[in-house]
Amino acid sequence: MKICVLVKEVPDAAVEKRIDPSTGRMDRSGEKNLNPYDTHAIEAAMQIKEGGAVPVEEIVAVTMGPDSAVRALHKAVSLGADRSVHLSDPAVAGSDVAATGYALAKTLQRESPDLVLLGQQSDDGECYTIGAVVAEHLGMPSLTQVIKMDVESDALRCERQAEYGYDTVQIKLPAVISVGDAINEPRYPSLKAIMGAKKKPLDAITAADAEIDASKVGGENSAAQWIAAKAPPAKAAGEIIEDEDTGETVEKIIAWLDERKLI
Amino acid sequence: MDFTEPQDSRAIRDAVRALCERFPGEYWRGLEPDRYPSEFVAALTDQGWLAALIPEEHGGSGLPLATASVILEEICASGANAGACHAQMYTMGTLLRHGSEAQKRSYLPRIAAGELRLQAFAVTEPGAGSDTTQITTRAERTADGYVVNGQKIWTSRAEHSDLMVLLARTTPIEQLEKRTGGLSVFLLDMRDRGAELTISPIKTMMNHATTEVFFEDLELPAEALIGEEGEGFGYILDGMNAERILIAAECIGDCRFFLDRAVAYANERVVFGRPIGANQGVQFPLARAHMAMSAADLVRWKAAWLYDQGLPAGAEANMAKYLASEASWEAANAALDTHGGFGFAQEYDIERKFRETRLYKTAPVNNNLVQAYVGQHVLGLPRSY
Repeated sequence: MKICVLVKEVPDAAVEKRIDPSTGRMDRSGEKNLNPYDTHAIEAAMQIKEGGAVPVEEIVAVTMGPDSAVRALHKAVSLGADRSVHLSDPAVAGSDVAATGYALAKTLQRESPDLVLLGQQSDDGECYTIGAVVAEHLGMPSLTQVIKMDVESDALRCERQAEYGYDTVQIKLPAVISVGDAINEPRYPSLKAIMGAKKKPLDAITAADAEIDASKVGGENSAAQWIAAKAPPAKAAGEIIEDEDTGETVEKIIAWLDERKLI
Repeated sequence: MDFTEPQDSRAIRDAVRALCERFPGEYWRGLEPDRYPSEFVAALTDQGWLAALIPEEHGGSGLPLATASVILEEICASGANAGACHAQMYTMGTLLRHGSEAQKRSYLPRIAAGELRLQAFAVTEPGAGSDTTQITTRAERTADGYVVNGQKIWTSRAEHSDLMVLLARTTPIEQLEKRTGGLSVFLLDMRDRGAELTISPIKTMMNHATTEVFFEDLELPAEALIGEEGEGFGYILDGMNAERILIAAECIGDCRFFLDRAVAYANERVVFGRPIGANQGVQFPLARAHMAMSAADLVRWKAAWLYDQGLPAGAEANMAKYLASEASWEAANAALDTHGGFGFAQEYDIERKFRETRLYKTAPVNNNLVQAYVGQHVLGLPRSY
């Protein structure tokens, strides 16, 4: 079995996210890191490999992004991927979800994976949909928010998180699975794995290498166009009630809640 | 001049931070006053962090000292205590630079694999602290090795280490023209020893697992000698530079811990209708500590760079250790003042880290001695001691 894991470089969780008004895209100039949700996908791939139910020949981390995205690939490799593929081309910059999914699907076609895994969402765009778009282009079945996965020869038995409980779904391979963060506890990279990451093969490819139709990707060719962004409304200052007399304080809190029809 | 942090360092910071999150303040408080953080050290060992300086051909990662120092910095910045395990890094230089190929082949892969611990560095004696040439622990040559007699003090982690780097006198001082001669370094295997090796713990104000060690007719094979007999003082000085740079990095980590905690508290704690951080009496000490840390950090990087280039690093290593330990002490006090009474409460971890970071103004070299060194050897002033 060959597993491809889609990964993404995102602004570090500690960085306050904001839209760059000049481009309409997220400002990604600060510290960046591997999308934390994708670390669960890599761990899921590693557990299939180490579980031994099916032989896994290799785990390939795949990303699309600027030069700096190499760091996300190094991290993915330090967490266990055997090699990585980096689609980097000015032509794909600014692609919306549909165009990104198309470009990633074309990149994955070169690898012919038996299983594509990804985190259920990216920590920046939070669209939750890239897996479904990729699956559509690859003609593969897709499941989202999977929190348990067992390999059964040419199929997977998955539990996915539903609104009121869990669905158990059997899905034939090849398939595209986006995993929830409840699926596992990602391992920490060892020092050797970090230092060895740069020595593992990294295949840098262009849109042409992946036979991507340039008219279907990039900001201008994307169907969804950003129009405007508004900052969320500032929080009201709140009201501090000094607790001088507990009876009175309780009355004040009840009156405050009552006024707002909260009780 | 490029101040961008290398990618390796960033990846190391992320990974060490993630590991340390499994060992929060509750873990460290639970060890007080004197339990060794075995679980923490085991986790670091399993993930290869304590083998950072061991060359790749011997099973380690072969990091330069500068990059390895990031590991200890992050441990301290997380609120953990790197003192439990830092010696495996700073004693390593002695073995790496002066050990024979046979010694390296014999020990390094097993240290890298976590089968052996090299955490003890026995130099100081009750009668000889900073004046290392006055040590009296004697290693006398015999037909097939050495017999050691004497006593060491402040040998930390000896109870939790398999191996010890030992400095002992092989030629009596009265037979020497140069008092820095006649000292030799040994790699002592402490396992399976009887009455010839006694290790007694010393209780201190922080949890540092320090001990005094007694040698009574302890036999060492000739192969235990590191490098040339009589050249040990130079080897130890070289190792001390690595130690000082690593301690400086730990102090920078401590500074970050104190400042992160104090700034968060100063922004959150409201007194007289505004956050206490709005008061200059609270804000300025934190700002000063931050500036002291930033300056110390630059000297730390310079010292590490010199060491990694194989250039003389004594002055910078000493200065980095002095500046960083003074900065962390300044940050510790500012954090304690910022937290008010809560700073003294154990559950805030400020008082614990306060006790831990205080050590580094005194050890591994007293800051007065660093000033004396800079005065005499850097500025060319008369010897002051």
